[in-house]
Amino acid sequence: MQDPCQLVRKSFGDPVAEDMRFVVKSVVGEENFIDMTPNMSNNYCCGGGGGYLQSGYTEARHQYGKMKFDQIKNTGATYCIAPCHNCHSQIHDLNDHFDGGYHTVHLWTLICLSLGCLGENERAYLGPDLAEVGL
Amino acid sequence: MADEALNLSEKKAEFREKIKELLPEGNLNLCFTCGTCAAGCPATGLENMDPRKFVRMIALGLDEEVLTTPWIWMCSLCMRCIYACPMKVDIPNMVGLARRTWPREKRPKGIIDSCDMALRNDTCSAMGANEEDFQFVVEDVAEEVREEQKGWEDLQAPVNKKGAEFFLNQNSREPVTEPDEMIPLWKILHLAGADWTYGTKGWAAENYCLFAQDLENWEKIVRVKAKAVDDLGCKVWLNTE
Repeated sequence: MQDPCQLVRKSFGDPVAEDMRFVVKSVVGEENFIDMTPNMSNNYCCGGGGGYLQSGYTEARHQYGKMKFDQIKNTGATYCIAPCHNCHSQIHDLNDHFDGGYHTVHLWTLICLSLGCLGENERAYLGPDLAEVGL
Repeated sequence: MADEALNLSEKKAEFREKIKELLPEGNLNLCFTCGTCAAGCPATGLENMDPRKFVRMIALGLDEEVLTTPWIWMCSLCMRCIYACPMKVDIPNMVGLARRTWPREKRPKGIIDSCDMALRNDTCSAMGANEEDFQFVVEDVAEEVREEQKGWEDLQAPVNKKGAEFFLNQNSREPVTEPDEMIPLWKILHLAGADWTYGTKGWAAENYCLFAQDLENWEKIVRVKAKAVDDLGCKVWLNTE
């Protein structure tokens, strides 16, 4: 899971990062959650913020994001949860650019999936392994 | 890097003086040059620059280099440098001040265009979605869920509900390009029993004028949004960005 800079480091700090982990572990099961390193307030920015996605410096944005990409790949996880709009766009794009082989999902998608109420048209970012679950 | 020694007596260091004046709490002179900022910055190495270098170049008065490098637009203002800095040197605000020295027409077009688009109507949408379009999309998507998803016949996505506890912002991308992505959020709010609303005014979460460092319009957009929250009498302004 990405720690969005805006939510964690710049606003509510480690307590909200702990809250997010409580939610994510409740949703995916503790044994399925793998934290990236470093994490919480020390986590790295994905490179989607500060206007980067609209700045036109696409090559630099990908180079910047390589650090995030490597962090994600080093977990070995097949899903990265991005609980922020910019993070989702950037991490999704990093996967496409570097051919990462992971899926990038909004937290709301997984919450509703675990509650058994995720509709058919609300699954654009799920991989084939989860796309049909609970339908 | 220069091969010859720099002659600092020739440097005017106007930007350094400006930082001291505008950012007295910026701790420019407290930098240890330890490099903790650069070690944890994903922008290190881009444009042959990094946060430590940026601070040293300001301190040395290398105005021309500091105020022309596009590196300041390759920083995401994530604040990891100041978070990790033992002396709390305010590098992100120095980057912001450097952005402000660029003529508006020279700043990245995509950011400026998004800022300008948000100023066109009171939705503050950087993608230009107007009040009617937003309300139509939200009501249309909610109606479809009520009709087609079993167990969700009561799902509400209120717009302009006076006195709701939460005023929810939404990034423009969802209503404009992938409206179905709003549904899971509505379901969670419904199950939590939250008393919430969107507003036709000020609903867009993004504010590119901040990134453009267009201070006047950055403030203007925040004020339009804050007024929308106040006008509906909501207690909490929720921004999902």
